[in-house]
Amino acid sequence: MKAKIYITLKNGVLDPQGKAIEGALHGLGFIAANHVRQGKYIELDVAETDAAKAYASVEEMCKKLLANTVIENYRIEL
Amino acid sequence: MKAAVIVFPGSNCDRDMAAALEKVTGVKPMMVWHQDTELPDIDLIALPGGFSYGDYLRSGAMAAQSSIMRAVKLKADAGVRVLAVCNGFQIATEVGLLPGALMRNAGLKFVCRDVGLRVENARTGFTSGYTKNQTISIPVAHHDGNYFADAATLDALEHSGQVVFRYTDNPNGSARDIAGIINAAGNVLGMMPHPERLIEPELGGIDGLPLFESLLGKLH
Repeated sequence: MKAKIYITLKNGVLDPQGKAIEGALHGLGFIAANHVRQGKYIELDVAETDAAKAYASVEEMCKKLLANTVIENYRIEL
Repeated sequence: MKAAVIVFPGSNCDRDMAAALEKVTGVKPMMVWHQDTELPDIDLIALPGGFSYGDYLRSGAMAAQSSIMRAVKLKADAGVRVLAVCNGFQIATEVGLLPGALMRNAGLKFVCRDVGLRVENARTGFTSGYTKNQTISIPVAHHDGNYFADAATLDALEHSGQVVFRYTDNPNGSARDIAGIINAAGNVLGMMPHPERLIEPELGGIDGLPLFESLLGKLH
């Protein structure tokens, strides 16, 4: 089962890279772009057939390694 | 004093740390590979600077999961002192020995220069060789030194004297100019600047030396 994991910075956590990307977009004339936030996308195969088990397993991975829950949120799609 | 320096793939300040410890204690510290699972009876564990695992995923995230870190946590919980510098500080926050996280520098640039630090708490086993409010100059060399914690955590750190070093001129956007913190028990110090790089007059100064002498004074 393929899992797709989206890791994003929590609201209120400063994102200097997002700000730099926003500045570059504005420099290119994309002045409509605002509030740019950069995150991570990870995909992996889980050796589970049961969706609930797969989700629980991926959630453990997020908590233990893939995301730092002090600063990041994660969202899992199976 | 018996000390161990943990060596991760990508550590690059492990030998500087070992040299500093040997200069002050007169004893060569053990160099312990990250895949080891046990630590002998020791007084101090140093988590050195560097770029463990190439900073993949997040700085310190992979090293925090290495087998030796389980042993380090057990020792720290038992009261053994842990000195975590730069990448070591990042690893210590990732593994939960210290609160908060170290994020990309606000200015996005790698910062490599001497910075001014104010000693906020000279009553720790790591800083008794300094005086409160003393200003010292120590080099930093990092890309991810921007200390972050939520407001409640920051307030708690301030109120309990756990902010040990503050930048006099914030180089990375750290919350409340924080450069180094200690855990509530007082045995784990994390700091982004490198005291081990400033212990010889020939190398520019000795402002880092009192930190190692403090450790020795306390442990002997």
